[in-house]
Amino acid sequence: MSESAATPDRPQPMADAGHNSQDLFSKFDPLIKQRKDLLDSGLEDPFGLVMERVLSPVTAVCNGRETILLGTYNYMGMTFDPEVIEAGKNALDDFGSGTTGSRVLNGTYVGHKEVEKALCEFYAMDHAMVFSTGYQANLGIISTIAGKGDYIVLDIDSHASIWDGCALGNAEVVPFKHNDLDAMEKRLRRIPEGAGKLVVLEGVYSMLGDIAPLKEMIAVAKKYDAMVLVDEAHSMGFIGPNGRGVAEEQGVLDDVDFVIGTFSKSVGTVGGFCVSNHPKFEIMRLVCRPYVFTASLPPSVVATAATSIRKLMDAGDKRTHLWENSKRLHAGLKGLGFQLGTDEPQSAIIAVIMPDLERGAAMWEALLKEGLYVNLARPPATPANMTLLRCSLCAEHSEEQVGQILTMFEAAGKAVEII
Amino acid sequence: MDRDDTKARIDTLIEPFNKKGVGIGEDTTFAGDLEWDSLTVMDFVAAIEDEFDIIISMNQQAEIETYGQLIDAVTKLRGA
Ligand SMILES: Cc1ncc(COP(=O)(O)O)c(C=O)c1O
Repeated sequence: MSESAATPDRPQPMADAGHNSQDLFSKFDPLIKQRKDLLDSGLEDPFGLVMERVLSPVTAVCNGRETILLGTYNYMGMTFDPEVIEAGKNALDDFGSGTTGSRVLNGTYVGHKEVEKALCEFYAMDHAMVFSTGYQANLGIISTIAGKGDYIVLDIDSHASIWDGCALGNAEVVPFKHNDLDAMEKRLRRIPEGAGKLVVLEGVYSMLGDIAPLKEMIAVAKKYDAMVLVDEAHSMGFIGPNGRGVAEEQGVLDDVDFVIGTFSKSVGTVGGFCVSNHPKFEIMRLVCRPYVFTASLPPSVVATAATSIRKLMDAGDKRTHLWENSKRLHAGLKGLGFQLGTDEPQSAIIAVIMPDLERGAAMWEALLKEGLYVNLARPPATPANMTLLRCSLCAEHSEEQVGQILTMFEAAGKAVEII
Repeated sequence: MDRDDTKARIDTLIEPFNKKGVGIGEDTTFAGDLEWDSLTVMDFVAAIEDEFDIIISMNQQAEIETYGQLIDAVTKLRGA
């Protein structure tokens, strides 16, 4: 959820706060001022929203108002699924509230093995390793498999957890322009002979909701003998014939060496994972520090995840409805005259491009007052320093709600004079 | 490889990126004097990489603060 922070995914040079300051916090002064100015203008704090009550996967009471949620990653609406909740309650009763231990010591319960088995079946892969978050899955896998002298070639718009995985490791890091096949190939071609190579891609890029041309990119990566890691955080459960993601949709999942995913989106709880067919994959459990040196997920979390993942295996109807919602919202917003991140809907994320931060923040607030929550994403966390209102749909949004959402966008857009 | 030749070619490459028209010398810094953001850095690095058919990883870029250091680094990479 890096867009909610005021820091970019990519590492940036820090502003120099002057040398005579002894307060280590001085370096944050420009950001503190920017935030204060925004709040002093009377705006509701876009990054301080509190949900007082959650009524369903798609509605909550925020700041005293009943609000339609259009900015969660609860794509498949699994958070209130009765079977999922039941599984969690049973695990709480039977196994307690937490494991208080690392996966490699006392923190592996049957539930952890069970959710890994569910993942192997979901992806039809040999190995699955569950981390405490998706962030840690990227951090751990990337920093561990790419070592000194190896090269990581990655898209410049990669998620913060990918960048941080690069920063934690010792490999040479080489970014290329977003989704630019040619730029990627040039970099792979120039890597010194004999060096190990890891190409890191995402299925869906969460800022604009656009997908990667994985088929072409993975073919190029393989031509240069690189291993391929694809983060499918935003596609699990509804893209691809079995919901395995964009690589499956484009018919290239067999060529992906490592799929990274999360339980915090379609699965509807918290946790992260890597699935792989690599014959030596299991050694990761001993050498991957963000796996070893942290406590494992609570039994209730892995029980809800396993139940949810199994239900996602045949959620065909929900998938169809989610796509219909995405298409309807995309077409509706386009029809109203908003500028969108993609010409066609490519995922369940639809990004509405705002002319500037001021009007973006005003529009965000106007929508909230109408009773609609979307994600405000702003520079420097966004590609090309755009201000975006990011909408993410849920399979539980009704057709009627999508209609209401469009009405709210129309009213707010006119009030703020964007359309 | 010849440092003067490298410098001459980078002098040309940097022009379209120097939107503020800052006078560029060996001691000019990218973050401080030119105030480039990371996207501009990426595009500029890509232009240099294409011109000389080299790769400058982010790890190497982290060591380069001034224009002079960039010319040195590229000269060295061309010889490698
Ligand atoms: C592309 C991508 N990868 C990884 C993550 C991290 O997932 P988690 O929320 O499980 O830490 C996210 C979520 O923010 C993401 O968008």
